[in-house]
Amino acid sequence: MHMADALLSPAVGTTLWATTAVAGGYAAKKLKVQLDDKMIPLMGVLGAFIFAAQMINFTIPGTGSSGHLAGGMILAIILGPYAAFLVMASVLTVQALFFADGGLLALGCNIWNLGFYACFLIYPFIYKPWVGNSNQRGRILAASMISVILALQLGAFSVVLETLLSGNSDLPFGAFTLLMQPIHLAIGLVEGIVTAGVISYVQNARPELLESMAPSRLPGATLSLRRVLITFAALAVFAGGVLSLLASTNPDGLEWSIAKVTGNGELRDTEKGIARALKTIQQKTAFLPDYGFKRGKNYQEKPEPPPSWPNVGTGTSVSGLVGAAAVLGIIVLIGVSIRSCRGKDAQP
Amino acid sequence: MTFDARYFDIGRLDRLSYGGSFVHRLDPRAKVIATILFLFTVVSFPKYEVAALAPFFLFPALLLTVGAIPVRFLLRKILIVSPFAFFIGIFNPLLDTQTAVVLFGFAVSAGWLSFLAILLKFALTVSAALLLIATTSFPGICHALRRLGVPALFVSQLLFLYRYLFVLMEEAMRIIRAREMRSFGSHGAGMKMFVRLIGILFLRTVDRAERIYYAMLSRGFQGDIPTLKQSHIALSDLLFLSAMIASLGVFRFFPVAEKLGRVVQELF
Repeated sequence: MHMADALLSPAVGTTLWATTAVAGGYAAKKLKVQLDDKMIPLMGVLGAFIFAAQMINFTIPGTGSSGHLAGGMILAIILGPYAAFLVMASVLTVQALFFADGGLLALGCNIWNLGFYACFLIYPFIYKPWVGNSNQRGRILAASMISVILALQLGAFSVVLETLLSGNSDLPFGAFTLLMQPIHLAIGLVEGIVTAGVISYVQNARPELLESMAPSRLPGATLSLRRVLITFAALAVFAGGVLSLLASTNPDGLEWSIAKVTGNGELRDTEKGIARALKTIQQKTAFLPDYGFKRGKNYQEKPEPPPSWPNVGTGTSVSGLVGAAAVLGIIVLIGVSIRSCRGKDAQP
Repeated sequence: MTFDARYFDIGRLDRLSYGGSFVHRLDPRAKVIATILFLFTVVSFPKYEVAALAPFFLFPALLLTVGAIPVRFLLRKILIVSPFAFFIGIFNPLLDTQTAVVLFGFAVSAGWLSFLAILLKFALTVSAALLLIATTSFPGICHALRRLGVPALFVSQLLFLYRYLFVLMEEAMRIIRAREMRSFGSHGAGMKMFVRLIGILFLRTVDRAERIYYAMLSRGFQGDIPTLKQSHIALSDLLFLSAMIASLGVFRFFPVAEKLGRVVQELF
């Protein structure tokens, strides 16, 4: 469920980057207090472990297909929520860069979807109180199953929200949710079994490695009411912020929404940074007469339906099409000529 | 993708990043900033905008050719990760059937336009990220991030992860090979064996982390990874960045493709 850049709008991408940065900053601050130096290499190497483990495929029973691990919950159980969140973030960053699994703008979304719920909600509120220090296999299995499934469901649901709010997809909310949730239920079942298996294995072989077992590490589960409230307040702000964006990016396209926003200026004030700057510039240019409808002389006069979106005119689109082809041709030409100038020895 | 293919891919990108072209020599900070600006500009286009995206292919094309990155390798990587965007986008033509344009007698629905826009944006954003890593060494990017204000703890995470990625992948490969040699066909590929393999890999990882930690202590580790390599923003970096910003601005706010199309149409 790696989000792709292409499905995002700048507003949603920036919002999720900001919330993820806040969560990451909070985790880093917490870790600074309770971290011994030993944890730093352990965290880094475990990130590499998750990476390597993701590449080992296993056969999913009964289906013949194969799957792999995601690993957020395993990390949380072993390292505790704060360290796990940072490790997950670093794993996703490297994946985005090397495998293009989820783009760089979407990285905020992906860290949030795959890391936040597992580390900051499910682990401290469900897994940890449930399992504690117990080493009963049944309990670990049940708790891991439920935790992984819940975390994945929340993550998948976030993917739905982020995509819909970005407004690039026409999938209706209901259909998209029905598409995403059951698939991730199946993935969650498998990952839950694997998580439980690995945790039991570690529990038997090296119990001192688990976060809940190590006395030197501060427990993450002594949750005060205050922390719970802060978490939910943050979630509410997130939901509110995102839902307020819904009003502006859905479904009639950017230009229309900007026209509306210029009518009543307050709606977009929550947005900041580059997205806002871009929008304001866009707002100025979107109504330039050049940008609009101009008919090529060869094309039939066709009355434009003014109120409906998209109002892409024939004249504009044909010249756009021809122009795009010309531009691409020029680009290829530039590429080929540079390449031939470099000579054959430049080829690796 | 099989394990070997993925391992090969990540190794190849790593090797490519140590090339010596003009793009490789640019300061990592300049490249990181330029990439982020590029991504934002591409993503900021409205849903149905297709032609205006074409000029943006200039950037990957230039980086690719100047940096001598193999085209086919890049295209294959883009193709491999495309399914998610493809399957979410493919519903647009089915759901948004309103006619947007009539081109040469064919009615093109708005859904096809937005689907095409998604695919183009996808190709652009993915190639930008891959080209950034293929022309900049990963430690270079980490140091750039550090100097752009990302917390030290996170950056050292990235550096450790990267450093031990190859080590652990080789470990994982040894485990897989051992399993394959002892099993015939798909025996031993089930869930139970998988859990044990991961467990073993985990324990080996932890043992390794311990050894690494002691080795680091004996070399004076104090919680931060210092860098000896100094990077300076040179004139060429500033020129690159300003050229980038200027052209992004022009491509974003001036309908280049459309204008050119008019010129071409006038000609014929």
